[in-house]
Amino acid sequence: MSDLQSQDYVRRSATTITPPAARSHEDQVAKLIDVSRCIGCKACQSACMEWNDLRPEIGHFEGSYENPADLGPSVWTLMKFAEYENEQGNLEWLIRKDGCMHCEDPGCLKACPAPGAIVQYANGIVDFISDKCIGCGYCVKGCPFDVPRISKVDHKAYKCTLCSDRVSVGLEPACVKACPTGAIMFGSKTDMTDWAGERIEDLKSRGFEKAGLYDPPEVGGTHVMYVLHHADKPSLYSGLPDKPRISPLVQVWKGAIKPLAVFGIAAAAVFGFFHWVTVGPNEVQEEDELEADRLLREMKEEEEKSS
Amino acid sequence: MTNTWQDIRNANLVIVMGGNAAEAHPCGFKWVIEAKIENGAKLVVVDPRFTRTASVADYYAPIRPGTDIAFLSGLMRYLLEKDAIQHEYVRSYTNASLIVREGFAFQDGLFSGYDEGRHGYDRSTWDYELDEKGFAKSDDTWQDPRCVINLLKQHVARYTPEMVSRICGTPQDKFLHICELIAATAAPDKAMTSLFALGWTQHTVGAQNIRAMAMVQLLLGNIGVAGGGMNALRGHSNIQGLTDVGLLSNQMPGYLTLPNDRETTFDDYMKTRLFKPLRDGQTSYWQNYRKFVVSLQKALYGDAATAENNWAYDWLPKLDVPLYDIIKAFEMMNNGELTGYICQGFNPLQAFPDRGKIRRGLSKLKFLVTMDPLDTETSRFWQDFGPQNPAKPSEIQTEVFQLPTTCFAEESGSLVNSARWLQWHWKAAEAPGIAKSDIWIMTGIFQRLRELYRKEGGAFPDPILNLTWKYTDPRAPDPEELAKEMNGRALTDLTDATTGAVTKGGTLLDSFAQLRDDGSTSAGCWIFTGSFTEKGNMMARRDATDPREQGIAPNWAWAWPANRRILYNRASADLNGKAWNPKKPIIEWNGTRWVGLDVPDYGPTVKPTDGVGPFIMNAEGMGRLFARDLMADGPFPEHYEPMESPVDNVLHPKVAHNPVARVFADDRANFGKREDFPFVATTYRLTEHFHFWTKHALINAILQPEEFVEIGEALAKEKGIEQGGWVKVSSKRGEVVCKAYVTKRIKPLTVDGKPTHVIGVPLHWGFTGQARKGYGANTLTPSVGDANTQTPEFKAFLVNVEKTTAPVAA
Repeated sequence: MSDLQSQDYVRRSATTITPPAARSHEDQVAKLIDVSRCIGCKACQSACMEWNDLRPEIGHFEGSYENPADLGPSVWTLMKFAEYENEQGNLEWLIRKDGCMHCEDPGCLKACPAPGAIVQYANGIVDFISDKCIGCGYCVKGCPFDVPRISKVDHKAYKCTLCSDRVSVGLEPACVKACPTGAIMFGSKTDMTDWAGERIEDLKSRGFEKAGLYDPPEVGGTHVMYVLHHADKPSLYSGLPDKPRISPLVQVWKGAIKPLAVFGIAAAAVFGFFHWVTVGPNEVQEEDELEADRLLREMKEEEEKSS
Repeated sequence: MTNTWQDIRNANLVIVMGGNAAEAHPCGFKWVIEAKIENGAKLVVVDPRFTRTASVADYYAPIRPGTDIAFLSGLMRYLLEKDAIQHEYVRSYTNASLIVREGFAFQDGLFSGYDEGRHGYDRSTWDYELDEKGFAKSDDTWQDPRCVINLLKQHVARYTPEMVSRICGTPQDKFLHICELIAATAAPDKAMTSLFALGWTQHTVGAQNIRAMAMVQLLLGNIGVAGGGMNALRGHSNIQGLTDVGLLSNQMPGYLTLPNDRETTFDDYMKTRLFKPLRDGQTSYWQNYRKFVVSLQKALYGDAATAENNWAYDWLPKLDVPLYDIIKAFEMMNNGELTGYICQGFNPLQAFPDRGKIRRGLSKLKFLVTMDPLDTETSRFWQDFGPQNPAKPSEIQTEVFQLPTTCFAEESGSLVNSARWLQWHWKAAEAPGIAKSDIWIMTGIFQRLRELYRKEGGAFPDPILNLTWKYTDPRAPDPEELAKEMNGRALTDLTDATTGAVTKGGTLLDSFAQLRDDGSTSAGCWIFTGSFTEKGNMMARRDATDPREQGIAPNWAWAWPANRRILYNRASADLNGKAWNPKKPIIEWNGTRWVGLDVPDYGPTVKPTDGVGPFIMNAEGMGRLFARDLMADGPFPEHYEPMESPVDNVLHPKVAHNPVARVFADDRANFGKREDFPFVATTYRLTEHFHFWTKHALINAILQPEEFVEIGEALAKEKGIEQGGWVKVSSKRGEVVCKAYVTKRIKPLTVDGKPTHVIGVPLHWGFTGQARKGYGANTLTPSVGDANTQTPEFKAFLVNVEKTTAPVAA
């Protein structure tokens, strides 16, 4: 998206200066996706394409109702369908609307080396400011939910904006407006959390003892939350992370190198810019990947030891 | 629908069987979700596949396609055996107590009166014993073995849980659990709503599928009450309106029926339609039939319809067969008996069974006219599109006229929704290019035809020359003018016999109760009378106020009949006029009249104790557990196997299929055998598309781009079919080469001890539009219809499936 609301920033990528946050009185917002009342009709996908004027290519059938086959620079939300046989041997068809979770502690923003390319507004929405994006793909690595995608056409990163343009003028996101069954709700995070509580109670009364809210603390909570019948196993829902973690690569970048951060960011920005004009969009190097993998492995081992 | 979409929220139990509401009616499905959240309702789904509706259900059970009557008969047996029926309702509001004639019988799959030669019944025994006054005899104690309730018990006795499971493949425990959930709604203050659609109609026993559930609902006392009813979810915008205005070959507007060729005089015609009450003091509203027909004739022929010419009765077509349905039309086309065809808003090359036969038929026409906003497959049937439409243009002589029409947003008018609401809509945009409204095109054809008749005479010019055509612009009647014509007017001053109130000649009528049979009123569709009155266009009303938040907003649009939102609503109250469910009353007796949320479906001042039945259209005033002679295939539903079936009919092997289904010889020769085509197939829609229209829209094409079939994991493994791999699905009539969706959502069913695989065939793809080209599900389907309606059997037939490779691109 474009840079419409700089007065609302509470966070800004690759910047240590505190943004103005003139509207810090704003409520934190949240979109609540109640998986238990979603019928997978894709009205949300359709509305997203309409409002944001996105038209991915007509694809092929690829062995699922999921179309297009994956999130993409023109696919900001996607219904995912998982066939799951429960302990009683009964089938459940777990349908989840996938897209940006708008983390309170956004890994993409942390990872982004381009000043102001990723921002977070006072209401919690995490937005990509396309004209500042250098297409390096660090946000892709930084995202614990595998959401951002780089366009092969303009080499910029794209994802759901939570319709920040609509929300800023008092409208609900397009997907919320289009949902025929009220499975997608939008409002203040407090209200959504309260409503989720009622829904969870209803689900428990219907035999889903492990029903719960997905608002993972690992990323400081999210501004897109799910009501899940199986909150104990989020990964059943087409791989929703059980415990989302920001890539250790980003942690290293933000942690160990912190003393050099100011210089680093400036250099990265300058380097990034020249790199982009001379070589093209940045790519994550193989060494970085290997290092990240190693850190991930170590982390997992630690987790296993502690659990 | 007997009830409304909004009323679904009042249900305690929602059963979706014979339909897939979430998939095909996602917007209306919000009321099911509402029922679950606000009313604590349970949702039960019975379907061959685990559908999108099943994904949000509280309980799901599988069923073999085409066996719903066995399931529902087993359910009736359960309710009767456990005495889980609403006694007072059944005894007083249904024909349970009425005594059936001696001679009525059912044996070895056949009801009494079967004539093997003509594949039809003499239905004279399918009726009540009458007393000397001509009223039906009854026994309220239910001791008489020939009471309807006892004959019903006897009829369904064969459908034990074991038998249901053996026929349907539904595991017994699941069947019984569903029976138990349903039985709980026999309580007077509990209601179940039945939501169904083409999953029930598209069978050779389609009408009886729906009868069976209607009987269940009567036994439970769930008809006429809030949150109850039989709710047919209409699959096309305004398809309800199509039937209301009688766009079927044997119908006239308002469910009046066309005469047949044995009814040579108006009196002959009226003899079988003026239904005399079958019990003392009943309303039998069809007693007014003559008023409706005369008013219709006045709307059609104006001053030319007179008492002297029997209201122009001779100008009405007289049927020589029960129905000129579409299956018959294409049979005639193939036999060279029908040489010109006008397809208005209809795409038979995609929509009707046995695509090859449809294509061959169209190829034999002299001319074909298509009227459609879209470039339909039917319009292009003659063009070679490769394997998906292997036509040879050089061998086809049909002249095709493709007339582009406006779509709904480019014209004003009314649409009738599933809940019988006539909702006015306003033109929002100009039509593109040379597109014209259907009214403009039809008028143009009519004017030219009339001119030809005027100049050249012809075999029978009167019905055309005498049609009244008094519109402001005779070349393009205005939608409001047409709506007023449907509503009807007083043609002279009318004085009400009881109140003495005078309705001035020329004024629009408020109610069909004002219609007369002396030529002093006109009404183009009597059930629409009241929709456009002197007060204005009632269909354009948009007041959503719902006084009790009970799904009845009486000032939103207008519902036929008489703005009544819930049909049979008298049955929502007990014998004293008090609501069965005091929390959700619809109408109640206040001591002097019926009052409440809705327009009473009953005489407004008829006392509840007067013994007038709540089903006022019926001659006995009661809901019918026994349908008398009104169905072609029996007064009780019976399980017959689909025309193509993987098993014998275990109940009566000699009468395996519906014995009165009409089958043309060439179609019979095209039925496949189970040895060659061992798998059961069923066709259906997906949420991403609307029939064959939205593949023309880019976003819908993106959301579901390419033809596929759904195959269970077990069969896929057996056949070596991979997820997303290519398969060839073939029936006796043709083959479809497409991708496979290997899924856990279809499991093999154990039917009569044998594993039975079901294959799902979504129907959206063709060879025009934006989505990828497809063969179309109707390439596979058999050309045979329901014995009553001739709705094609799209939901149960036989196929084979094999692994294959991608088709060669054209």
